Amino acid sequence: MARVAATHSRVTGRLTGPLTGRLVGVAVELWLPVLLFAGWWFASLGSGSLYFVGLDVILEALRDGWLGQAGAANVLPSLRNLAEGFLLAAFAGVVLGTVLGLVRPLANAVSPIVEFLRSVPGVALLPIGLLIFGIGTEMKVSLIIYGSVWPILLNTIDGVRSVDATKQDVLRSYRVPAYLRILGVVLPSAAPRIMVGLRTSLSIAITVIVFSEMIGSTEGIGYAILQAQRNFEIPQMWAGMLALGVIGYLLNIGFRGVEQLVLRRHRAMNTTPGS
Amino acid sequence: MSESITQPARIQPTRGPAEVVLAAQGVSKQYPVPGGTRAVLDEVDFEVVRGQIATIVGPSGAGKTTLLRCMAGLVTPSAGRVVLDGTPVTGPPDGLAVVFQDYSRSLMPWMSVRHNVELPLRGRRVGKRERRERSLAALADVGLSGNGELYPWQLSGGMQQRVAIARALAYRPEALLMDEPFASVDAQTRADLEDLLLSLRIRRSITIVLVTHDIDEAVYLGDVVVVLGGSPTRVEARLRVGLGPDRDQIRTKAEPEFLEIRSHVLAKIRGHRGSAE
Repeated sequence: MARVAATHSRVTGRLTGPLTGRLVGVAVELWLPVLLFAGWWFASLGSGSLYFVGLDVILEALRDGWLGQAGAANVLPSLRNLAEGFLLAAFAGVVLGTVLGLVRPLANAVSPIVEFLRSVPGVALLPIGLLIFGIGTEMKVSLIIYGSVWPILLNTIDGVRSVDATKQDVLRSYRVPAYLRILGVVLPSAAPRIMVGLRTSLSIAITVIVFSEMIGSTEGIGYAILQAQRNFEIPQMWAGMLALGVIGYLLNIGFRGVEQLVLRRHRAMNTTPGS
Repeated sequence: MSESITQPARIQPTRGPAEVVLAAQGVSKQYPVPGGTRAVLDEVDFEVVRGQIATIVGPSGAGKTTLLRCMAGLVTPSAGRVVLDGTPVTGPPDGLAVVFQDYSRSLMPWMSVRHNVELPLRGRRVGKRERRERSLAALADVGLSGNGELYPWQLSGGMQQRVAIARALAYRPEALLMDEPFASVDAQTRADLEDLLLSLRIRRSITIVLVTHDIDEAVYLGDVVVVLGGSPTRVEARLRVGLGPDRDQIRTKAEPEFLEIRSHVLAKIRGHRGSAE
């Protein structure tokens, strides 16, 4: 553990305590956004433009329309659909990817279909989604699954296939049964690749949910943004995009937290000189 | 077909009931190459008696690892067979444990040392309590008591290979197969691990087949030394080592018998290389 901490403080360039190191880290991340925000604030102050309204006006709209109950009414349906679709895509991608990664003939057989389907962007299937499901939750969730499952699937296949040959020999020679091979060795060994796939899929899922709400919905962030634009509530529109950015940023932080938890052994392994 | 069982003058045959645990019977292996096949092993025969250490020594590229993989059931011989306790080996058998050369890749870095040792036992559906008892006992046997909750990458190379040995011991195999197990550690650690193996043989009376390219190691550890050579690889000699179970890095390696067998093995290996060139 001491080694890991030492590496960390070397990265941040300070030999001080971990708290100071963390504060420095936060400051490094924050200075540019703060600067840009201040620039935006002063540049747009008292703006007479109809489309490029002042930041003070936007923030007011953000407070009124996107925080509290009004905000929850817009944001919660989106987050619920996003979570449902993303988690189902993750489950399907990892399960199917594991099967395809382990059974090579099957993977070869379905590979043209996979390549074809993943070339069709998720949002392009919106028209048919509307036909089948209407504008309800099912349409949005299935579009998210369709749009975001591919990076998870392909990364899982790659990760599962790249299990070290020596480890496979160990598993075979000790006659470790299939379920334990998969849960105990194959998936942990593929975990870094799977997380890469999940991260890519998360941003696709956010795109798909906002887009599907703009076209076929009566609720959600995308719907609210487009609605504001159509009603010429330009500050509300800007506020919605700002809110979307913040939500995306928070989701990414949350994802990083989960990733760090899942890959904690892998990380420690790589920062230890012994290996 | 080199069936010469060479017996230097002062080497005594072992006494007592000799129960054969593991035997290679005419094991041959060919691999397909563009335009034909390449023979790696040619009718390799030898037997391993219960409680003994058999070392397989030969120049690098002699197919030692292929032979061990055939014995482990990881590779199917092109001809001949491997017999464990009277039963022909057709796949990885229940009664064999393998220790591989590359400890950094044979252990699972996301599992604690204890869970690494227990992994094969979980596969055999050994109960949680017995699993724990057996893993702790095995870790104690290899001198790693109190390290069970660490992760492999927190240990030195020599300690990692001890974990791999503990994993094999906890499995309680009929025979333990080791593929160049000490080739990736420094000289001092290597000597320590060799002595660990000798002490385990005395304390646990386990049967071991160990592949090495190091002649000193082969003679120091072996009750029987199988010398491989030629192309395709045949058994050049099978030597009994009468040094007894109690051996010492300095004393044993100075004994005339050690030196005699050592030079005998060296002559076999070099002699063949000479005739081949």
